[in-house]
Amino acid sequence: MAEELHQIRLTVNGTAHDLRVPARRLLSDALRHDLALTGTHVGCEHGVCGACTVLLDGEPVRACLVFAVSVQGQEVTTVEGLTRPDGALGPVQQAFAECHGLQCGFCTPGFLTTITAGIRDNPEPTHEEAREMIAGNLCRCTGYQNIVKAVERAAVLAREGGPSEGGFETGLRPSSTTGDASVVEEVAQQPSRNHGDDVVDREDDAATTGLGA
Amino acid sequence: MTTKLMGQPVQRVEDQRFLRGQGRYTDDVLTTPGDDAVLHAAVLRSPHAHARIVDIDVSEVLDVEGVHAVWTYEDLEGLSPAMAAPLPLLIPHPALSHGRTQYALAKDEVNYVGEAVALVVADDRYVAEDAVGLIRVDYDILPAVVGVEAAREARHLVHDDVPGNRGARLVQEVGDAPAAVAAAPHRLELDLTIERSACMPLEGRGTVARWDPDTDRLQLWTSTQSSTGVRAAVAVKLGLALGQVDVITPDVGGGFGVKIVHPWPEELLVPLAARALGRPVKFTEDRREHFISSAHERGQVQHVEVGFDDEGRVLGLDVEFWHDHGAYTPYGLIVPIITSTQLLGPYKPGAYRVAFESLYTNTVIVTPYRGAGRPQGCFAMERTMDAIADYLGKDRTEVRAANFIQPDEFPYDHQMVFQDGRPLVYDSGDYPAMLEKLKALVGWDEFPAFQAEMAAEGRQVGIGLGCYVEGTGVGPYEGAHVHVETSGKVKVAIGLTTQGQGHQTVFAQLVADELGVKFEDVEVVAGDTRRMPYAVGTFASRAAVMSGSAVHLAAKRAKEKVLRIAADALEADEADLQIVDGVVSVKGAPPDAVGASIDLGTVSVLSNPLRYAFDEASKAATQFSVGDPGKPPVAEDDEPGLEGKDFYSPDRATFASGMHAVIVETDPQTAEITILKYAVVHDCGTVINPMIVEGQIHGGVAQGIGGSLYERMAYDSSGQLLNASFMDFLMPYVTEVPDGIAIDHLETPSPLNPLGIKGAGEAGVIPTAAAFAGAIEDAERRTRTEASITAMPISPSELYALRQTPRQEQS
Repeated sequence: MAEELHQIRLTVNGTAHDLRVPARRLLSDALRHDLALTGTHVGCEHGVCGACTVLLDGEPVRACLVFAVSVQGQEVTTVEGLTRPDGALGPVQQAFAECHGLQCGFCTPGFLTTITAGIRDNPEPTHEEAREMIAGNLCRCTGYQNIVKAVERAAVLAREGGPSEGGFETGLRPSSTTGDASVVEEVAQQPSRNHGDDVVDREDDAATTGLGA
Repeated sequence: MTTKLMGQPVQRVEDQRFLRGQGRYTDDVLTTPGDDAVLHAAVLRSPHAHARIVDIDVSEVLDVEGVHAVWTYEDLEGLSPAMAAPLPLLIPHPALSHGRTQYALAKDEVNYVGEAVALVVADDRYVAEDAVGLIRVDYDILPAVVGVEAAREARHLVHDDVPGNRGARLVQEVGDAPAAVAAAPHRLELDLTIERSACMPLEGRGTVARWDPDTDRLQLWTSTQSSTGVRAAVAVKLGLALGQVDVITPDVGGGFGVKIVHPWPEELLVPLAARALGRPVKFTEDRREHFISSAHERGQVQHVEVGFDDEGRVLGLDVEFWHDHGAYTPYGLIVPIITSTQLLGPYKPGAYRVAFESLYTNTVIVTPYRGAGRPQGCFAMERTMDAIADYLGKDRTEVRAANFIQPDEFPYDHQMVFQDGRPLVYDSGDYPAMLEKLKALVGWDEFPAFQAEMAAEGRQVGIGLGCYVEGTGVGPYEGAHVHVETSGKVKVAIGLTTQGQGHQTVFAQLVADELGVKFEDVEVVAGDTRRMPYAVGTFASRAAVMSGSAVHLAAKRAKEKVLRIAADALEADEADLQIVDGVVSVKGAPPDAVGASIDLGTVSVLSNPLRYAFDEASKAATQFSVGDPGKPPVAEDDEPGLEGKDFYSPDRATFASGMHAVIVETDPQTAEITILKYAVVHDCGTVINPMIVEGQIHGGVAQGIGGSLYERMAYDSSGQLLNASFMDFLMPYVTEVPDGIAIDHLETPSPLNPLGIKGAGEAGVIPTAAAFAGAIEDAERRTRTEASITAMPISPSELYALRQTPRQEQS
C-alpha cells in the first residue's frame, strides 16, 4: 500500500519549496533529505540533544519533533540561513570561529540557531544568562566552556554589526518577499532593547567562580 | 619574515564549512536533490540478551512496497563466501585464550540486546523500519549473564564453549609484590568499582556505499576512526582486491573511541547491498541503536592490596581486577592491558603485580572510550594514594610526591609490556614541578583555611586530586604526503581520520612552518584511502604525535626538493636560499632583484618536465625550454613532481602526563554535589596550537564529570538497557560543568619525535573520577557522617545512602 502524500509549501531561509510528503515525515528529514539542507543535524530523534534546532517563525524548535506537514505556511530558518547575504559569517557563526566554540561541528547548527534567537530576545545577556541560553543543547566535544564565551562574543558582534549592516537579523530575515514580514519587523526592533544594569562585567563574573585562587 | 605558527592559537580552517552548515557528514552524502537512487537500510536487532534463534520468517516483508532486499545470516554466504565467517578479531593476544566475535548477522544465537539479526533495504528509512517490524523471529530465550559478579559466578555461560565466562587472564609482575606487601610496615586493601559508560558522539555510526559497475570499484563513506582498517576488512569480506575499494571518511561528528572498532556489521552489509542491488545504499544509526549496538566502556571491579612505609612510599602493590568486556572481544584486550599498565601513573612502586580477567557478559561489547582503561587504572591508584595519606595522617600531595618518578630518572623503564606490545618506558616528564603548579593553580595550601571558614557557616567543602601518565602516539606508523601544485598551493594528505580535533588546522601550521608557505595556501585532507592508502587510525591520542611527525618529515622532503630545483634555476647555492611566503629567494638579495627569487608554483612547474604545455606557466617546463640535453629529463634517483612523502614509526609510545584538582561542596541535607573549582595542569610536550589543546581538555573534563557524577549504563538482570536514550542517560549539559576550568601547561618535549609532541586528546577524562572521589570524601570527612568513596559515578542519592552506612561496613 502506497503511503498517502500531502502537498505542502515549506518556506526555508526565505525560499518557498513545494513538496509532497507523507504525514509522518519529520521536518528534520524533509529539510535534510528532500531539500538537501544537510546543515540541520539529527543527534537523538527524541528532542533532547538540540542538534536539529531550527527557527520556526523565529522561535527555536526541535525539527525532529515536528512533522513537515505541520509547518505549512511558516518560515523556517536553518543554519544555512544564518550566513550574511554577502556570504560572510553571521555574528553567532563568527563568534564561534573566534572562540573555538566547536570541535566536530555536529551539534553546532543547533547551538547557532538557538543563540541567534537568544540574543535577539536578550541582546546583552549576563554571563549567567549566556549559560542559560544554551542549557538545552548537548555538546560532547567542547565541555561548553568556549560556547559560553561565543554567546557573549556573539552578543557583542551583533550589537556592533547593527541591523543596517545586515548582521544581527541575518538568518531571520527572509531573503525574498515570500516570508512572513512580521518576523523582519520584530527582529529589526531588537537591537534597541537595552538591559542596562543587568549587564555584568564578564571578567569579574568569571573571577567569582570557585575560590578565585 | 613568516611568523612561526607552531605554538600559536591559530583559528580553525574547518570551522568555515561547519559554521555554514556545509560540513559533509556521512548521512549528508548522496542527498543532492533529484538523486533518488540511494536506498536506505535498517537493521532488525535482538530484543533479548541471550537467546537461540529458532526461526526467522521474512515472508511478510517481501510484499511491502518499496522494499528491495531482506537478508538474514542464511543469505550472506551466497552474497560473499567470507561473510559466512565471524567478524575479525582485530587485536589478537596470546592471553586471549577464548576470543569470540559476532557475525555480521546473528547465526543461531544472539548474545546481547541490539545484536544485528536481519537487514532490510528499502526506498527510505521509514519504509525500511516498517519492514523490520514485520520480520518474525522465534527465539528460545536463555538466561542472561549481566555484570562482573554474575560473569565470575558463571552459573550461566555467555558462550557454551567459554568456561567461567573467562575470555582472558593476564598477569604481569615486576618484583615480588605479594611478598613486598606482606613485609611492609603498613598495609591496606581497597575494593573499587567503576560503572559502564560510553563515548556517545552526537553523530552515531553511518555508512554509505556506491558500487560502480563501469570501473568495477566500490566507493564507501563511513564514519570511522580508521579508513584503512575498514578498507582492508571490506575487501576481504566482499572478496574484492584492495585496489577496488576506496574508503572516504567524510566529516565525523565525534568518535571518542567507538568508531575505531571495525568493520561494524553495517560497514559490510551496506556495500554488499550496494553491489548486489546496483544502487547506492545508506545506513544511519539512530540514537537508540547507538546505545544498544555500538560499544560501551569503563566497567571494572578492582581489588588492591598495598604495602607502604612511614613516608607513604609504596613498597608493594598487588592489584587484581575483573573487566566486563561484553558479549564479544573484537578489540582484544586493549582496555584491560591499558588499565593494568597505566595504573602506575607517575609513580614507581617497589614491586608491582597486576592480574586481570576479561569476562563475557550478555551486554554490548566493550571497546576503548576516550581514556581507554586509564580512568579505571587512575581511579585505583589515586584512591590508593588517598587511602595511604588518610591512614598515615599525611597530606595527600606529600604521599604522591614521595612516590614520584624523579625528573632525572627518564627514560624510566617499568619493565612491563604496554598495549602496543612494546616496553613500558616513559620518555620524559617532570612530575614534582607539575604538582607544584597544580597546588598553586587550585590553591591547595590555602584550602584548609577556606574549608574551616565554610565549616563555620555550616557548609562542607572538599578538595581532591588525580595524577596520571598517558602513553600516547602508539605505532605502528602514520604517513603524510605533501604536494606543491603548479599554482603554488600545497595539498597535504594524511591517512588517519579526523573527528573534530582540528587536524586540518594544526597540520597546515606544521607545513606552513617547515615549507615556508602561507598558512592559507595549505589544504589538508584526512582519512581518504585514495590519497593516503597506508595508515593506521585515530586513537590513543596519536594523531598529533604520529601524523604531526609524518607531516613535518614529508614537508621537509618537499622542501629539500624545492631548494634543489630553485638553486639550479637561480644558479645559487642551496644554503643561500630561503623560502618565505611561498617564494624562494637568495638570502640578503634585494626583494626586487631580477633572477634572485622564484615562487613555489614555478618550482613545481620545473619539477615536472613536460612534452605538452597546458598554460602559460607550463610552457617553461616543456622539452625545448628546459633541461640539459646531455642528461635524462628526470634524474635516476629522482621522480617528477614537487612532492614529499614520509612516514613516522617510533620505537615506542611517548608519555604525556597531567594532574587535576577539584573543589566540591556537598549539601549536608540533600547530598547534592556542586563543583566549585576545577584545575588542570597538563603536559603534552610541545604544543602545536594551545587553543585546540585547551579545547580538548575542556571536552575531556566534561566527559570525566559525566563519568564521575552522572553517566552509567543501567542494565537490568535480564540484560535490557533501561536508559538507552538521552532522556535517561545523563550526559552533562552546560549546567553540569564548572563555569571555567583553570588550566596551566608544562612542556617536557618528547625525545622520540622531531617536534617533541605528546598526545593530548584523551587527557582531560583520565583523572576526573579519581579527583572527584577524593574531593567528595574530603568534604564528607569534616562531618560525623564519613563516607568512603569506592565506586564511581556517585549520585546524590548514593552519597546520601553512604552517609547512613557506618564506615567499617562500606566496602
